[in-house]
Amino acid sequence: GPIWSMVANGGGTRLAIGCEDGSVKLFQVVPGGIQFEKNLDRQKGRVLCLSWHPSGTHIAAGSIDFLRVLDVRSGRTVQRIMVNYHVPKPKKRECVVWSIAFLSSGTVVSSDSFGRVQFWDWERGTLLESHTVSTSAVLSLAVSEKEDSIVVGTSAGATYQFQLLPVKTGSQDKRWVRTKPFQHHTHDVRAVAHSPTALISGGLDAQLVIRPLMEKVQRKGYEAALRKFTFPHRRLVSCARKARLLLFQFSQHLELWRLGSTNETGKDGEVLPVCRMPEHLLQLKSKGPEHIYCSCVSPCGSWIAYCTASRFHLYRVQHEGDSVSIKKVPSVPKLLLPAYQLQCASDSGRLFVASDRGSVHVLQLLEPGGCKHLHTLRPPAGTAEAVYLLASSADGNWLAAVSGDWEIHIYSLKHFKHHCTVPTYSCAVTALAIHPVTNNLVIAYSDQQLFEFSIPEKQYTAWSRTVQNCGLHKAWLERDSPITHIAFNPKNPSHILLHDVYMFCVLDKSLPLPDDSAPLMNQSALKQLPETARQRQLHAFKICKKFQPLLFADLLEGNCLVAVERPVMDINAQLPPPVQQKKFGT
Amino acid sequence: YLLCASGDFVKMYSAATEELVRAMRGHADLVTGLQLNPHNRLQLYSSSLDGSIKLWDFTDGILIKTFTVGYKLLALYALASSEDSVFVIIPKSGERDTFQLVSVKLTKTAGQDTEAKELSVVLEGVDASPKCTAFGREGEYVASVKEVHLQIYFFKRKQLNRFSVSATNTKGGNNLFTCVACHPKEDCIATGHGDGKIRLWRNFHHNKEYTFSTLHWHHDIVMDLAFSIEGTSLLSGGVESVLVQWHNGSDCKKDFLPRLGSAIEYISISSDGTLYCTSHTDNRITIINSNLRFSKSIQGLIKARDVKTGLVVDPRTKALVLNGEPGHLQFYCLQSDKQLYSLDIVQQEYIHQAGLNQADLVKVAFSAQGKWLATVEEREEETDLELQLKLWFFDEETQSFKLNTRISMPHEDHITAMCFRDMDELEDDSLILVTAGRDCLFKVWVMLEDTDPEAQQSLSWSCDFVGSYHNYQATNCCFSEDGSVLAVSFEETVTVWDSSTWDLKCTFCHPPGKIRNICFGRLTCSKYLIGATDHGFLCCWNLLSCALEWSAHLNVVVLQPDPLSEHIAAVSWLSKESSLFVFKPNEPRPICIQRNLCKEKIRFAAFVPRDVPETIGSEKYLWLRRSQLYFLTDTQELMTFSTKSPEERLTLSSKQLAVEESLPVTPFSLLLGKHRQQSQGDIDHGKVVRNHHEQDSPAVKELLHTPAHVLPSASFLCPIFINSLLISKEKKSAEEVADEVEMESEKAEDDSDEEKDVTEMEQEDIKPMELVGEITHKLSKSEEKELRKIRKMDYSWISAF
Repeated sequence: GPIWSMVANGGGTRLAIGCEDGSVKLFQVVPGGIQFEKNLDRQKGRVLCLSWHPSGTHIAAGSIDFLRVLDVRSGRTVQRIMVNYHVPKPKKRECVVWSIAFLSSGTVVSSDSFGRVQFWDWERGTLLESHTVSTSAVLSLAVSEKEDSIVVGTSAGATYQFQLLPVKTGSQDKRWVRTKPFQHHTHDVRAVAHSPTALISGGLDAQLVIRPLMEKVQRKGYEAALRKFTFPHRRLVSCARKARLLLFQFSQHLELWRLGSTNETGKDGEVLPVCRMPEHLLQLKSKGPEHIYCSCVSPCGSWIAYCTASRFHLYRVQHEGDSVSIKKVPSVPKLLLPAYQLQCASDSGRLFVASDRGSVHVLQLLEPGGCKHLHTLRPPAGTAEAVYLLASSADGNWLAAVSGDWEIHIYSLKHFKHHCTVPTYSCAVTALAIHPVTNNLVIAYSDQQLFEFSIPEKQYTAWSRTVQNCGLHKAWLERDSPITHIAFNPKNPSHILLHDVYMFCVLDKSLPLPDDSAPLMNQSALKQLPETARQRQLHAFKICKKFQPLLFADLLEGNCLVAVERPVMDINAQLPPPVQQKKFGT
Repeated sequence: YLLCASGDFVKMYSAATEELVRAMRGHADLVTGLQLNPHNRLQLYSSSLDGSIKLWDFTDGILIKTFTVGYKLLALYALASSEDSVFVIIPKSGERDTFQLVSVKLTKTAGQDTEAKELSVVLEGVDASPKCTAFGREGEYVASVKEVHLQIYFFKRKQLNRFSVSATNTKGGNNLFTCVACHPKEDCIATGHGDGKIRLWRNFHHNKEYTFSTLHWHHDIVMDLAFSIEGTSLLSGGVESVLVQWHNGSDCKKDFLPRLGSAIEYISISSDGTLYCTSHTDNRITIINSNLRFSKSIQGLIKARDVKTGLVVDPRTKALVLNGEPGHLQFYCLQSDKQLYSLDIVQQEYIHQAGLNQADLVKVAFSAQGKWLATVEEREEETDLELQLKLWFFDEETQSFKLNTRISMPHEDHITAMCFRDMDELEDDSLILVTAGRDCLFKVWVMLEDTDPEAQQSLSWSCDFVGSYHNYQATNCCFSEDGSVLAVSFEETVTVWDSSTWDLKCTFCHPPGKIRNICFGRLTCSKYLIGATDHGFLCCWNLLSCALEWSAHLNVVVLQPDPLSEHIAAVSWLSKESSLFVFKPNEPRPICIQRNLCKEKIRFAAFVPRDVPETIGSEKYLWLRRSQLYFLTDTQELMTFSTKSPEERLTLSSKQLAVEESLPVTPFSLLLGKHRQQSQGDIDHGKVVRNHHEQDSPAVKELLHTPAHVLPSASFLCPIFINSLLISKEKKSAEEVADEVEMESEKAEDDSDEEKDVTEMEQEDIKPMELVGEITHKLSKSEEKELRKIRKMDYSWISAF
């Protein structure tokens, strides 16, 4: 029947699966797959959650109204605990054990739909402690590595931390105490995780929240701030610059739009009338249940590629006047999948497919509708991590690829050879791009640092060194969301266009860097200053924050910038209604 | 027993019967802290602002020892673990408004009075309030909160941890600490905050890895917290007047005891855990069973938010009637210092919320026999005003007032005055009620017999006559003693109306002042009408001649006639002190002048008839023979004017005490006494706050502490006593207020009838200077001038006559 839960043991060698019929199936993890090992004792009631004892000898399984402890070796149920034993009969409702954790001390922690977090001694089957944290269900639970702290998430959007604290100083007697409540979500908290320094929760409201535990954080820095993520730090929109097309990637389909245009010009702040309305050209549904992982449209707009977990698809788009037809490219070369990123060369002649183990496949796109596998680029040292970001140069000579171990490899496309490696930095790369004129690689890291690396010279540029010496502005470094896209102004080679979810920034390399005393956001103040004073106040960062959450921004040909916004209200409107709670004073 | 600090006294109440068992006196200033001796449950430590710690045997009421510390003591803590020292909070020398927690070593010497000078500072910068410091499990640590800081000092490790919360949270609430309590068994500290949150701190041994959880139910300041004896539950209270019991530190399991009447100030738990006790801002202690059932309440005069009704005497019970709980009328018995009952007038649930206007009682009037009660309640919004006039009939069967008639919007604007026609001998149906309003009208209400047989009651009230005068606002109304004429004041003018035909008889005025108070004379003086203007004149008009009889320059704020004699009491407010003048309308010279009655403004006064006429030794206080005068000041302190000699006071001590107790809470006296005590099963604690003024002259003390039967004769004691009074007057500090004024004159007793026969002219013959000279040792120059002025006026009037 349907599988409700699945969890691997501590060593990752065995996988337990909980099924609808109440059975727990054990699989051996073998390289490249899993192998059925045995069925554990079956009892009626779907198995909603599973947890291995850290030693791997027992499994705790939560069902409706009860939880069980199974001996792995014998496959027998050694303990069965009714969770709502204390509730009087007539009032009895179904009590769903949503989540369970097996601690090494032999304590089983269960969270249920009555809003309780309960601690059981599995050997005796007795209740050690019970904490009612919420009137609604407690859906998720996670234990810290040291087993001294537990985080639970409720369907009211709140997360709570439990800590194992000594009752008296110096005594061995310890108790679980509910400590900090956090309310960061508006809907169900479906998943929680407990890192050594932070509580991470994700819920139905499409937000991922990282709440640092202040007492565990040693220094004030990136780790010490509360972070909320609404949008993935990945590119979901691709743009065909020449054809003025935008490709939006949804989980199950793609949409291709033609941008509108205007003939008029106006001053700052005016809304210009559109002479050509934006046009929805086509919607491409992916086959099967798999989600689309990545997609891209070629700059000329005639090719669309997307990839799911198991398949790669390439389409040829024919533009006949205003109508559009689409044709699937047959006989796509079999590649080592999945692909993590797709990127077209600027002349639309080649497609780069980022894949596992640091490899990048180069495909030649052939007219009128075919393709050929040219080469597979691999890092010289080899890596286990997949490539997740690509950047190709405008002249078609260079390709930069970032793999999961944060190494940036630069390949020469002329010779299909590894050119050099950018010195590794201790943070993840969030965006990179190659300058069309100078072939400098601009890299943005997750700690908001910016680097510029000259590919021909194989070293950081002078400007990059100045930035590192002077340091970036404090307000810039304290920003929340990472840079998701980098573009260049073809008319002025010293301009770099950066954006994250909340702001769009033009970085002018010719201007001095701001120091910490000057305001970073000075555009509106500058407008009011006279010309001479303005010159003195100018600095490299020109930031615009007027966008609602900004998904994508890129320069088109001919003085146009396209920006894609995704208002949070639109997302919230699509969510199911949250659990109703009466708020005092409303 | 329940022990509480009350002014300079430590009072012991029985928790079973709520009776006052004993008041232990000895401190010279406010008692600030009470603690049971942890090593002897029958002994009690008390600390006071006078800088001494006293050890009492409270079962017998004996003072065992006095330790003089020499600083103002603001709070007291005693620990079982520290053998011979207690902890007190004292002001830090040299700095204002900074306080420190020090431990005081109490030496075991034989003498009764010992000096305790061995002080060692434990914590600096603590809050002065005793609620802001608490000792933890077995005295291992002490936690103290001030503003946004929590500091914890561990005695064994000599380690001080400081934690801070941000001053305001993201939602704009304020995070200031208000109180702290420590778990008796575990390492857990509960703190209350200004925004109503309670934080439970744990793991506070580590400076960094401390943690806290939050309980939130209160919407406003958490006033006090207390852990139960085993620490399984936590009690909290605040302005919502709801006692909240939290179980196991969980946010979800809590019990409530609502409708405790007024904001909770302190919470205390008896040492066997069976009784809880809360003290309230309105001068009341509530005893609560541990299953959160209301058990008993100890209450004197309830402190209302604002006394608008004034002091009214219920003719039936002779109780003082005034605003009590919001929307209630309290009947306060002066003899027993108890609330007789509380009548719910507004009959609406009171909601504690800032900025919410709620209906409140503003006027009360009784008919002569106490058969009818008229009340006015109003609720004022920004633009519109809701008024209700209610008439209550006394039901003999239920012995309570029953609502008879409800009239909404009797006037278009505020009602300024209301009175019944006071006619003892007349029948019920001639009862008339007059209301005067700011809408320039006065209305006469009469009772009507209802002809409809279906109606439940045969009587109801309706409007009979509406009068006005030149469209001036009506400010006061008053019936003459026989009820034949009604005087209504309209701003500057007093109009006199015939009560049978409602014709305007005559008008008086004394420009430029507006009329503040009016009243008719009584008995032999009923032909006089007295009025006080806000320009500082007291006028007496003769109703027969329709002319001004006399006037005096006096800024009268309260004018109160004695219903049983001709005397009228006027309280003036001059240069930040109140003075009392008692006079008869037929003679312009006051019978009694008491300067410097108190520093606060007197709002209301009332004559309460005595059950038995008092025998008064002095001519000067003859006016107190049949009734006693009570005052209510701005700060809601009730005072009385007494003539009793100390001997009498001693024999009647219990009665006198009752009156003294009636002084309600004042803000500065809200320093609590906390105490735990155990005695053969009957246990409790509590705190009460009260203001009391005791004469601390040694001679008076000697008099008070000597049994009556061994005292020499009163005539022998008199000079000593007067001398002692003179000295004590000089000693009195500026803030101290004499609430009992005792003066004795050496003159022989005069018969009161004789006094009445003395004619006006005879009295005039007495040289004013002599009269002044009689009391000159107590009067200042300015007072002499005042008297002279009165004299001059008298003469001018006489010559005019």
